[in-house]
Order: sequence, then C-alpha cells, then structure tokens
Amino acid sequence: MTFIINGEEQEVAATTLADLLLALDYEGGWLATAVNGELVHREDRADFRLGERDRIEILSPMQGG
Amino acid sequence: MLKLYDVEVRSRLLLGTARYPSPAILAESVRRSKTEIVTVSLRREAVGGKAGGAFFDLIGELGVRVLPNTAGCHSVQEAVLTAKMARDVFRTDWIKLEVIGHHDTLQPDVFGLVEAARILNGEGFQVFPYTTDDLVVAERLLEAGCRVLMPWCAPIGSAQGPLNPMALRAFRAHFPDVPLIIDAGIGRPSHAAAVMEYGYDAVLLNTAVAGAGDPATIAEAFALAIEAGRLAHGAVPLEPRDIAVPSTPVIGKAVFT
Repeated sequence: MTFIINGEEQEVAATTLADLLLALDYEGGWLATAVNGELVHREDRADFRLGERDRIEILSPMQGG
Repeated sequence: MLKLYDVEVRSRLLLGTARYPSPAILAESVRRSKTEIVTVSLRREAVGGKAGGAFFDLIGELGVRVLPNTAGCHSVQEAVLTAKMARDVFRTDWIKLEVIGHHDTLQPDVFGLVEAARILNGEGFQVFPYTTDDLVVAERLLEAGCRVLMPWCAPIGSAQGPLNPMALRAFRAHFPDVPLIIDAGIGRPSHAAAVMEYGYDAVLLNTAVAGAGDPATIAEAFALAIEAGRLAHGAVPLEPRDIAVPSTPVIGKAVFT
C-alpha cells in the first residue's frame, strides 16, 4: 500500500502499524506514532489496520528547549 | 521547595537540552546546574534511524524529570497531537505548551495557546504554557486549568534579558499564588538574578547555557545567580532613591576648625 510517512510518499507491504514499523526497521520503546492526525498508542499498533494513503507520523525524542 | 503541580523540586532552574556542543557537555551542564527538570522535544525519526533512542537513553541516564515540549508547533491541532505523542513516549502528564504565532519573534499565538491549554487540561495534562507577559492572557490560561505560567522576558534565544520589568513585576503581583517561571529571553546570570529578585519562582534556560563558551560553568553560574536572586527577593532589597543619603552617621563627626 501507499502511505504518507513523515511527509513522504512510500510504498510499503504492511497492513498494520506494527507491521509497517517492522518493515521500515523502526524499533524501540521511544517512538510515538499517529495516523491521520490521531495518536496511536504503542500498545495498539499491532491491531491498528492501515488504509491506502494513510498519513503516518513517527516521532522520537530530540533535543529541545 | 517549589511545587509544580504535584511535584516538589529544590532547584529553581529548568534546563533545555538543545544546541549543546556535545551530549557529554549537555550531561555536564545538567549536573553542574543541579537542575531537576529538563525539557525535550519530539521530531520525525528517519527510516531506520536510531538518533531518538540514543537521546532517550541519555536523558534517562541524567536522572532528572522530563518536561516534554511542543516547540515549533504553529497550530492548536499540531500542539495537541504532539503533546499526546510526547505523553506516550515519556509517560508524563507534564507538557510545556508552545503554540508559536510569529515567525520572526517566536511570539506565542496566545489565542491558540489558550485553546490548546483548555483541550489538554481536559485530557488530564498538566500544562506549562509558554506565554507573553499579558495579564489577560494569563487569566485565560488559569481559567483554562493551568496551574503554572511561563511568561517570556524577551524573545526565545535573544539573550536580551528582561525587556519590560514593569510588566514582569505586575505579572508577579497579579498572580501571587501561581508558580511563575520565566521562559525565554534570558542571556546572562545577572538577568536570571534580576527576574528572581522580582519574585519569580524559577527560570527556564536553554540557549544562554548551550550557546555560552563554557556551557557547564555558566550553568553553575546561573544556578548561583538564581539562588542569589531568590534570597535577595526574600530579603526585601532597598528601593532606589533620587538623592544621596550618607551611609555613615553625621552625628559625632569630628570638627577640625
């Protein structure tokens, strides 16, 4: 399916958010995810089914002030 | 002790984590500042990237409380979503709420700020709003459920120090029981001492430390200045006068004529 991941269009073979993170080699307990502007808790990613052209944000901690 | 929501802290300095020359200097600055609270951000992680993980581990090792922020958010929707994502990562209800309204001055969009604060307070967050020194906006933030206010004293990163002491003093006087943290605009330890002398409860710094020639040493200098300013405020400093007043008594002065 085609997704918009962190603002960039990408083709990824995944049907759930957890599958997508695995397919793209994202790992770690520090990631935050949102789909189409809504938070998806880390514990809900395995059951969260993705649709064509879903907008996915994957964030992680960064230096900030 | 300073109470911020349900947490008591000894240090009245909050430190940002951005723009340090190296992670080691950041860690040393945190240590020498004796801060108990650091602010952090969330950003898009690159595919396969592990940068966030390394930073997450570093913050964990510092042994301090984390205050995630919504830095760089320009809309209510963006700020609210970022806050929720930060809570998911850091497992804290604390959020430093920024809704930026102006590109050049990084002045908060105070209308969006109040709206975002209302939403987040309703969702169980404990909001630390980055705001201006406007009393009416501050009233609205308190009505929206905020129990801490963070007025700027000058634009973010400008190092200008308190540009409007009268407004900052009025802000303090108007909200005697609300913890007030000066956020943004401090450049030097003397600026921090000044706002603490006005009666502020704490100071949040980033660029003033990270951008200094020796960040760790100036972090310690800030900690001392903040403590000095706090002590001075409690001691009721002398008010300025327009005329000279001799400090040595005139009575008993020898007359050599």
